[in-house]
Amino acid sequence: MTIRLFPLFGGALALSLLPTGCSTVAEYSTMAGQAAGVITAEQAQSINRSAVAAEKTFQDITPEQEYYIGRSVAATVLATYKPYDGAALNQYLTVLGQTLAQVSDKPETFGGYHFLVMETDEINAFAAPGGLILVSRGLLRCCRSEDALAAVLAHEIGHVQSQHGLRAIKKGRLTSALTVFAVEAGKNLGGESLAEVTKAFEGSITDVTSTLMNSGYARALENEADAAAVQILTRAGYDPRALVDMLGEMKARLAADTRGFGKTHPSPDDRIQHVSGLIGEQPVAAAPAARRQRFDAMLGLIR
Amino acid sequence: MIKRDVVFLCALGLAGSLLAETMRVQVQSGQVRGTPSFLGQVVTTLPYGQAVETTGAQGPWVQVRAADGQAGWMHSSALTVKRLAAQSGGAAVSAGASGDELALAGKGFNADVEAQFKAQHADIDFSWVDKMVKMNASPVQIAAFARAGGLKQIGGAQ
Ligand SMILES: [Zn+2]
Repeated sequence: MTIRLFPLFGGALALSLLPTGCSTVAEYSTMAGQAAGVITAEQAQSINRSAVAAEKTFQDITPEQEYYIGRSVAATVLATYKPYDGAALNQYLTVLGQTLAQVSDKPETFGGYHFLVMETDEINAFAAPGGLILVSRGLLRCCRSEDALAAVLAHEIGHVQSQHGLRAIKKGRLTSALTVFAVEAGKNLGGESLAEVTKAFEGSITDVTSTLMNSGYARALENEADAAAVQILTRAGYDPRALVDMLGEMKARLAADTRGFGKTHPSPDDRIQHVSGLIGEQPVAAAPAARRQRFDAMLGLIR
Repeated sequence: MIKRDVVFLCALGLAGSLLAETMRVQVQSGQVRGTPSFLGQVVTTLPYGQAVETTGAQGPWVQVRAADGQAGWMHSSALTVKRLAAQSGGAAVSAGASGDELALAGKGFNADVEAQFKAQHADIDFSWVDKMVKMNASPVQIAAFARAGGLKQIGGAQ
């Protein structure tokens, strides 16, 4: 029996090996201990009490909380970038995107993966935590095939599955929000507590949104998303070289544009160099006519 | 020292959960399927936080049995070994319980907090987010899309 559960255990294991930050470890270990019935709830409570002021990190965010963060991040982005209101193209993106998500390392999230086109010429895309993915018309125009479009969506799915958005939340924000709750446990969360949690929520949304829209992720996280894209494309049967093709087209179109990906992502040249090293030599069957036709029909709507 | 005890407990806890085979649903609607594939028929749907016993695995698919005896396959990404904060609130998430219950169930950021955020940001419109979360392709549509496009047959435990 081979069981592929390493992504689930990995975080807790890594934490248990940390020499410091023992209170965070306490929370994880009491959860695991309780789930296994090793320690009683009472024992767990006393351990957690000593850890009540523990620093909280993005790993303490539950999938449900991640979902709510993602909703507000997406809504905030859509206050700047208008949604493209065309059912056929959005549905095509949805089918393609959900097909790719299904072969990712994390096909299921709390609320699932959902895709929407943004009505702007700027070359841009955003992956809100939990799987709300927004792609601009400008970036769609960098795609010369369904394989290239798949590469764009797979890169964003890569950001979602590795929870890159949540990592942008500043240290200290979550500690106040999640600690307030710990103290209030057993009582209704109202009045001042709700106000304090809402403040932490608002700050978290600002942290994630400004990273997505302005500062961008660290180079290492972009490389991770590109590596995930190559893996997802290969698993689905798309040609991973389409990512290189898309980046080449992006380079030409981005030119001196300092908006969107020109501001938040490594240069297409740097990404091409990294991605080329990940793609194997194995030949990929040419796209059948049906794949080319459906892509042309859909992208024809916005060219 | 607390630290040493904690690391010890942690080791015990993790080893225990690997053997104890109790996991919890970490998605809004945990779909249990008849076969280890997204194309498998959904035999039952479990709420967030619901505990299941694992009885086997095939690739990324885990064979589970719920408390009511319903059995089937769930994708491992829908399950966690963590005891979720919403332990008692699984039903609340899907059934839309009262504000206070959901706040307790959700621990921290939840629908109540989103409502507060909306009230403070009238300029931020959630209507497209609400539309977006309902935009879906069914497993059958996905399989047909893959077939027509000459993609690999996906959905199952390869
Ligand atoms: Zn990126």
